[in-house]
Amino acid sequence: MARMKFLCDADRCIECNACVTACKNENEVPWGINRRRVVTLNDGKPGERSVSMACMHCTDAPCAAVCPVNCIYTTADAVVLHNKDLCIGCGYCFYACPFGAPQYPKVGNFGSRGKMDKCTYCAGGPEADGSKEEFEKYGANRLAEGKLPLCAEMCSTKALLAGDSDIIAQIYKERVKTRGYGSGAWGWQTAYHESIAT
Amino acid sequence: MAKLIAAIRFIVGALALAFMVATVTPVPVSAQGGPTAATSEQQLMQQLKGGVIRGDVTIPDKKAANLIHPAGRNWQTFNTVTMKWIGGIAILGMVALLVIFYLWRGTMKIEGGRSGRTIVRFNGFERFVHWLTASTFIVLGITGLNITFGRVLLLPWMGPEAFSTWSEWAKYTHNYLSFAFTIGVVLVFLIWIGQNFPTAADIEWLKAGGGMGKGGGHAPAWKFNAGQKLLYWFIVLGGAAMIISGYMLMFPFYYGMGIGDMELAEVFHGVVGVLFIALILAHIYLGTFGMEGAFEAMSEGTVDLNWAKEHHPLWVEEEMGSKGAGSARTQPAE
Repeated sequence: MARMKFLCDADRCIECNACVTACKNENEVPWGINRRRVVTLNDGKPGERSVSMACMHCTDAPCAAVCPVNCIYTTADAVVLHNKDLCIGCGYCFYACPFGAPQYPKVGNFGSRGKMDKCTYCAGGPEADGSKEEFEKYGANRLAEGKLPLCAEMCSTKALLAGDSDIIAQIYKERVKTRGYGSGAWGWQTAYHESIAT
Repeated sequence: MAKLIAAIRFIVGALALAFMVATVTPVPVSAQGGPTAATSEQQLMQQLKGGVIRGDVTIPDKKAANLIHPAGRNWQTFNTVTMKWIGGIAILGMVALLVIFYLWRGTMKIEGGRSGRTIVRFNGFERFVHWLTASTFIVLGITGLNITFGRVLLLPWMGPEAFSTWSEWAKYTHNYLSFAFTIGVVLVFLIWIGQNFPTAADIEWLKAGGGMGKGGGHAPAWKFNAGQKLLYWFIVLGGAAMIISGYMLMFPFYYGMGIGDMELAEVFHGVVGVLFIALILAHIYLGTFGMEGAFEAMSEGTVDLNWAKEHHPLWVEEEMGSKGAGSARTQPAE
């Protein structure tokens, strides 16, 4: 099985936010929730870089480890998914996540946050692949159709890569070698305890 | 003198440093600016030393501007490993201590036997405040422990659906009962503060080990002995800590709170919570089968005169002295 990851080549990202829009449209993400967002560092200054960030589908995922009801699980493709029927909306995954991925449809007063929502790597949830229930709760299941997440698939500069870890790391290494610079695989050290040597 | 000042300066400095390390302050990357600004993840991580990598976003949710928050990993370890150890040791350790103490000491009897006369110890309002705080505390304690230990202890035999349903109700119960508990702690603070300031008798009481050793021995006490006073101050101060950290978690991101602040609040809430539970276990033991004649103080509001003379002699003198024996404050047993 493949080890699915995201890799954002910050030297290519032009902060167009197409990945954000694609994600919202493909998954019909609830109002107020951003499963993916683009963060700009040093905005307007020398050394500006933009990074498209979503759930990184961590190795030894912190959200899954701290969930009091054990509703978060890792699939055979190393995608981190969750079961909204079991989620109690306690907020622990959201405290543990290094990437701010888990979000809640309600504001959170008096602990009524609603069911957690986050990026599913366009891989749906525990319901039958491609079912209506799955789509309503989690959005598209492109992975089951043999397709990669739409955010990466439609990235205009091919900054955002999705796919097997070894393959996307190889692509990134070649890019860095060819152009002579690269700011690194953002979030990899925190998410996977490894980086890409370039 | 100079040495003392140097020592104080060292302690203050160490505390300040510990505080700075403990609070994960997001460093806005944009503020660093300039041509030398770090642009690679590795450089930034080195500069921030585990702090938040933060940028700017164009979406309305400004919380999303936190790009990477590596401290989430430490918080993960705390919750999956450290918290379970602290909780397990505090609670099981206290239960073990109490069992050993019971086997060694047995129930502390009223040495002089029951006199047949009783004296009013807690009036109706005091008992209401006690049971309001106590009943909410027990429910809060159980529903709180469920968050830390439920997944390990209950989930395997309850099954995911039943456990999730119970946990969701437990969460709401925990959140809403917190208001009743808050009222309870505030009232505890107000009604008993007068009798809980330290006095000379407390030192003697502590020196005598509270008279809890074998063969008793008597330790002087007013209405509350030194042990009860320590419990009182833990309930007031620990309760306040629980209430504040709890509301920080119930109202996320209010008053400019960052995710690091809420993580700290959760750590604090968990650690103080299990210590609180351990302490209350000892309190429950001493108030029930650990000591003859103690429970009726909170159930009926009166205690046997001999019990009162043995455990709270100064308080009895005060009550009897001011009111006189056989006054309205004491009454013959029926």
